[in-house]
Amino acid sequence: MSLQWFLLLAAALFSIGLYGVLSQQSIVMIMMGLELMLGGVIVAAGAFWHFLAPTAAAGQVIVVVVVVAMAMEMAMGFAVTTAIFRAREVDMTDQARELKG
Amino acid sequence: MDVVVFWVLALLAVASGILVFRLSSMARVTYALLGSFLFIGGELILLGLNYLGVVVILMMVMEMVIMAVFMIAYMMNPAGLMPMSMVHNRRGALAISGVVFAALAAGIAAVPLPAPAATRPPDPTLQLGESLMGGQMLTMMTLGFALLATMVAATVLSTGRGRYDRFGDDLERRIPNDPVPGGVGRR
Repeated sequence: MSLQWFLLLAAALFSIGLYGVLSQQSIVMIMMGLELMLGGVIVAAGAFWHFLAPTAAAGQVIVVVVVVAMAMEMAMGFAVTTAIFRAREVDMTDQARELKG
Repeated sequence: MDVVVFWVLALLAVASGILVFRLSSMARVTYALLGSFLFIGGELILLGLNYLGVVVILMMVMEMVIMAVFMIAYMMNPAGLMPMSMVHNRRGALAISGVVFAALAAGIAAVPLPAPAATRPPDPTLQLGESLMGGQMLTMMTLGFALLATMVAATVLSTGRGRYDRFGDDLERRIPNDPVPGGVGRR
């Protein structure tokens, strides 16, 4: 086990999530991609804590913050999807591009 | 032993992550993401973060089971019975994420990382708890308020007809303006 391998795992998860966020049309599938990206952040934060600074608790606190961010992202994402679907029967990003510059 | 466990968990986590965007059934997609997070939780336990690993596993099991309901409700192809494309700009997305992964991997290989720490805390869970109830108290309070704001905002956003729709902007209407009249004590 070394820090580099853990960081490589985190980078792989982050990139897979990024692919999903960029390519998926459905709003809920974009949220799946975001979750996967945050999963990569969790692995990286845990690995940095374990290998570089185990005596500082901040690494663990970052994991807690990311876990809370995942829960909030999920709740707000579904609330926004529900609101936009109720208002306009839209469930895909391609149909909600009024604000596109 | 640890190296073998790391590789097994890492390959399974990445494989389930890829499956999330390869499967066409929404239920299977949700459980693939759940699988990925179970393996991520396993990696955390491998790193000595027993408490956080278990928290991630338990939270993700509940979150994904709830999410499966919404996924099936909001997908255009819930059962995955008809093969169909649900992506746009696939090539661009693949290129961007490939470049990002290559850049991150190059950074990981090129940057001289410090030597591993020699001293370890006796109990990481105690360390986290003392930190959250001590030096990181402000972080914990901010997270609490953010979660409360999320609950309120999610409820407001997902409410179809609230009391302002029924009783007017000043809440002064005595008889609510409902699409279907009636109910106990109403005319």
